[in-house]
Amino acid sequence: MSDYLISLAGNPNTGKSTVFNRLTGLKQHTGNWPGKTVLQAWGFYRYQNEQYTLVDLPGTYSLLAHSPEEQVARDFICFGQPDATVVVVDATSLERNLNLVLQVLEITSQVVVCLNLVDEAKRKNIQVNAAKLGDELGVPVVETVARRGIGLKELQEQIHLLVHGKIKTNPLKIHYPPELENKISDLIKQLHYLPESLNKRWVALRLLEGDQSILRGIQEVTRLAFS
Amino acid sequence: MRLADNYEKNGDLIVTTLYDYARRIANQVTVVKDQGRDWDQLIDDLVTSKYFGYPLMFLLLGVVFWITIVGANCPSQLLSDLFFWFEGQLTFVFQLVQAPEWLYGLLVLGVYRGLSWVVSVMLPPMAIFFPLFTLLEDLGYLPRVAFNLDHLFKRSGAHGKMSLTMSMGFGCNAAGVIAARIIESPRERLIAILTNNFVPCNGRFPGLIAMSSMFMAVGISMASSSLVSALVVASIVITGIMITLAISWLLSRTLLKGESSSFTLELPPYRKPQVITVLIRSFFDRTIFVLWRAVKVAAPAGALIWFLANITVGEYSFIAYLADFLDPLGRIMGLDGVILLAFILGLPANEIVIPIMVMTYLSEGAMIELDSLSAFRQLLLDQGWTWLTALNFMLFSLLHFPCGTTLLTIKKETGSKKWTILAAVLPTIVGIIVCTVIAWIVG
Repeated sequence: MSDYLISLAGNPNTGKSTVFNRLTGLKQHTGNWPGKTVLQAWGFYRYQNEQYTLVDLPGTYSLLAHSPEEQVARDFICFGQPDATVVVVDATSLERNLNLVLQVLEITSQVVVCLNLVDEAKRKNIQVNAAKLGDELGVPVVETVARRGIGLKELQEQIHLLVHGKIKTNPLKIHYPPELENKISDLIKQLHYLPESLNKRWVALRLLEGDQSILRGIQEVTRLAFS
Repeated sequence: MRLADNYEKNGDLIVTTLYDYARRIANQVTVVKDQGRDWDQLIDDLVTSKYFGYPLMFLLLGVVFWITIVGANCPSQLLSDLFFWFEGQLTFVFQLVQAPEWLYGLLVLGVYRGLSWVVSVMLPPMAIFFPLFTLLEDLGYLPRVAFNLDHLFKRSGAHGKMSLTMSMGFGCNAAGVIAARIIESPRERLIAILTNNFVPCNGRFPGLIAMSSMFMAVGISMASSSLVSALVVASIVITGIMITLAISWLLSRTLLKGESSSFTLELPPYRKPQVITVLIRSFFDRTIFVLWRAVKVAAPAGALIWFLANITVGEYSFIAYLADFLDPLGRIMGLDGVILLAFILGLPANEIVIPIMVMTYLSEGAMIELDSLSAFRQLLLDQGWTWLTALNFMLFSLLHFPCGTTLLTIKKETGSKKWTILAAVLPTIVGIIVCTVIAWIVG
């Protein structure tokens, strides 16, 4: 029986699977091509005498459920009730990677950002201010070079602190244009029957987008909550 | 309509807002100093260029095979020397304890000889080929291959991601079939599954390489002969790719009608491969794995062959009857009955086709010491092999039913007996036709 469930998200080719292998000691080969992790891989590690289950989600650019990979990743973060989600981010192309981080932050506040490939960024003369990024996002940011195992202890420590409630995150809230915000708050009022575990603002956003795939997941969660 | 329009407008607003946030934050926390020359872009322009893309691919493939063939020569010889020295020791021990003749035949001439052949001929090329291939994979070259081949796949009605599932097939067709999950459309996924077998997996590579170096470059100087062998193997691979495209084209106009869907393919940055990790991982994960599989299947197969060869019905051994039965078809295809029998008995794993063939030949003919590639060649020549036999052997190795593991995987992935049977029948028919036509033209 595992103490904590951690999901691992990230764009394709950010070294996500390397982080996964490094943490769990699994020896899956990580190929340098996108789309390798179609199914979630599961692994375990121990930190401070506690057992962590790590779920390697498919690499995706967003969570808008346009592809099966995106849906798998989104459903797990949303309905799988992980204790924390680690988003692996490629320091060499931060802007594109942040899209995913922001979308994860809309679902859950239990997030640690793993700023990977900082060595590659350095070689390309790209400097990312991790502390400032952490301030902006309102969640811990850990710099890593996963393939050489650098920063992974710190990542485990931050996960540990987060799941024990020793860090309070204050995730960045996305403010949409007023016309959309009005609709969101109207809709949230009608969603009062949803169980606590679901983020109503996020559900409202998906409904406003006309996302059908979300309904099935909600039904499932609601049924469980009431039974 | 109104509702759908609203959805779209909301969706656009959400996405643009998210993008604005991402850009703002990224700009705030990132400092980019002089980036200098963008080498990635430069290399990409070259390897995916209209004119250099394909030649470079062919060259790279050729170089990989060439290094494998040249490099495998010496260790192969060393290993087989070692194994046959040990066979002598074994024989000595068996004689010492006065073991019965049949036990000696079964264990030493059947099982041990089969095994040592597998190990000494297959291990060195695998130990060289896999790391090289994994290095290319680590470097990030495979997506560029996918990029280059995309329009060919598109025109044949298949999915561009199929070049990735094909690349996996080089390692193992069962893995390639599983990798087809990355293709979303069921129609294109089926095409990828049905055609994956047309890329030779690592169970078949050693055989291709051995045949090519024995028969395809005879009478040429040593240095250029390995080059010719490499080109022959590369051409076999290219043939497999062309047949993949042809069959995909055929399928998408008959059984699996439809247009090919578009997709986004990210060309990941080139990364310096983790050489040590690659060496260790490809050795243990692939080489030893494949070898162990071959050994596991080859050992009982060796015993079985020995029994079949030594149980006589009337005048001939059981195996002779089987081979004789298959012989007419084999001859038409420019092969012989023993070769076909080896392919059929090799269903559990492609790795054991050649060992079975060798054991069958040995059980029929005189017991010669198979202590080197040239002795092996002599054995085949004695059985009436020519370069045509070798060529058709290579082609049929490329074009026949997938191994048992792959078939089971196809069954699991498609959930259908019908497609599984088609996956076995389709390449076999293609193989029979191709071999027959070539034998007919040459003969």
